[in-house]
Amino acid sequence: MIPSVILSAIRVEHILIVAALAIGLLGGFLLARSRLGPKAKAEPDAIHHILLPFTGTEISRRAVDAAMRLARAEQATLMPAYLAQVPKSLPLECAIPNEAAQAMAMLEAIEQRASAKGVPVDSRIERGRTYRHALERLLASETFDRVVVSATSTGAAGLSGDDLVWLLEKAPAEVMILRPAAEDHAVLTAKSNGRPPVVAAA
Amino acid sequence: MEAVPAGREAARDGPKPRGNYKIFLGMAAGVGKTYRMLQEGHAEAGAGRDVVIGYLEPHDREETTAQARGLEILPRRRVAIREVEVEEMDLPALLARAPELALIDELAHSNPSGLEYGKRYEDIAAVLAAGIDVFSTVNVQHLESLNDQVAELTGVRVRETVPDSILGTADEVVLIDLTPEALIARLRAGKIYPAQNIDAALNNFFKIENLAALREVSLRQVAEDVESKRLVYTESEQLGTRDEEGLSRDAPKAVGERLLALVRPQPSSQRLVRRAWRSAQRLGTELDLLWVKPPSLQIEGEVERQVTALRQLASVLGAHLLIEEHDDVAAAAARVVRERGSTYIMVGEAPPPRGLARLREPLPQRLMRLSPPGVDVRIVAHRGVQEGEEAKR
Repeated sequence: MIPSVILSAIRVEHILIVAALAIGLLGGFLLARSRLGPKAKAEPDAIHHILLPFTGTEISRRAVDAAMRLARAEQATLMPAYLAQVPKSLPLECAIPNEAAQAMAMLEAIEQRASAKGVPVDSRIERGRTYRHALERLLASETFDRVVVSATSTGAAGLSGDDLVWLLEKAPAEVMILRPAAEDHAVLTAKSNGRPPVVAAA
Repeated sequence: MEAVPAGREAARDGPKPRGNYKIFLGMAAGVGKTYRMLQEGHAEAGAGRDVVIGYLEPHDREETTAQARGLEILPRRRVAIREVEVEEMDLPALLARAPELALIDELAHSNPSGLEYGKRYEDIAAVLAAGIDVFSTVNVQHLESLNDQVAELTGVRVRETVPDSILGTADEVVLIDLTPEALIARLRAGKIYPAQNIDAALNNFFKIENLAALREVSLRQVAEDVESKRLVYTESEQLGTRDEEGLSRDAPKAVGERLLALVRPQPSSQRLVRRAWRSAQRLGTELDLLWVKPPSLQIEGEVERQVTALRQLASVLGAHLLIEEHDDVAAAAARVVRERGSTYIMVGEAPPPRGLARLREPLPQRLMRLSPPGVDVRIVAHRGVQEGEEAKR
């Protein structure tokens, strides 16, 4: 039982002060939790990456789908990489707006398709004197677990047969070269005429 | 080596004010820069001024040669390079002749070694310093900052370049504009190159798409030059501005629009960069990428990997990646906006706030509040395609 003397001494102001203290403490706790939360989480295992190198304005839809299926199954991140050739007359590290516009549209198209399937994407654009050189630079700067390349009748993402042999020898990862198939006419392409990219089957 | 204007009254009466400098800028050979320079030279001579052609490169074009008639041409001097003799502008003779106006063609030309200066634009600087007015000509691909861009557009790299600041030193820059179709028609008519070279020119440099791109670059360059000068005048005249302190400090840099995209070292930022870059391309402006790094965060592991990827992407796009260490993203961004004269800020769509974060002012609103007036803030929405939509494709 609370003595009546004490009860009579409690005023509205006191209740408000107690309430404010309680809110302050609760707020402080929530703030600390929201700040410390991410650090408290366990570090995820190393992120797996599946590299999908390509060139030009189209890529075999089969290759994209295969890479996405793998990424989904392995909870990996898809890494589409546009390989750009820089003429010898230009510095290797120069800006390449025209190539970049092409690359952007393609990467956007792949990203949209991957996003629909719930596959995380981490895109790259790599420059080189040749496509193989660009791929070589990519291999040197990035880590990934698999490489998916399509050996279509129109060329393996701009890579020649020799390049594929080179890739098999040099890539520090499992290389998956897709056999040419009848459905290779289905490609993922993107229009980059100032509008958002369009995913289309050609 | 400083050239001395022998015979000039300036030598006796003290230094003369710098001469007036007019540059005729073109997108390619054959648009009529030299012709127009000569036309204006005639007009000046007709008005009673003492006009001399310091150097003319008519490229065997009849129209140009005909236009030069009636104007005094300073004889060229012969310079031996190894065992070959070449003809160059005679700078000492021009300074000694001291006309009121000198017409000097091809300001990007490189002089052979042994002459007073290595570059013709340096010769011109000496002429201007002697108080002589100068008309000169240059093609846009010779400008240093555009050299890479033009080489990528056209596949042809020009060796002789001039600093962009040369245009800034000119009192007037006149763009000699011609449609690509009209220029090609002039080429086909043999008005630019001899008949035997026409096919090669048409198959290489003189393609419609090349010329259209060069024309756009030239028009933009002159527009920027005009804008830059307008801002400098505005500053000197102390007219009202939206942010007097900011503009007076940044006026020469604040040319047209400038985009700033706030990024984070994570893959989702790439989409924001792509959108920002497309907007920058459409506006024909520069793009800055800003990551405001929390002071406690170390750049290592996945963060380092993503920063490297952002840096690489910025380099490919010709954008600038800035990393600022600060606790407050909006305050740091607002400072960068002021420093770089940004007119647009692009931010990615943030996830819905949770907990106490709901009480905080959203980033776009803070940016609007802290940035100089008139800076637009744009939120780039996440635009993923849903599974159902994808299935319909």
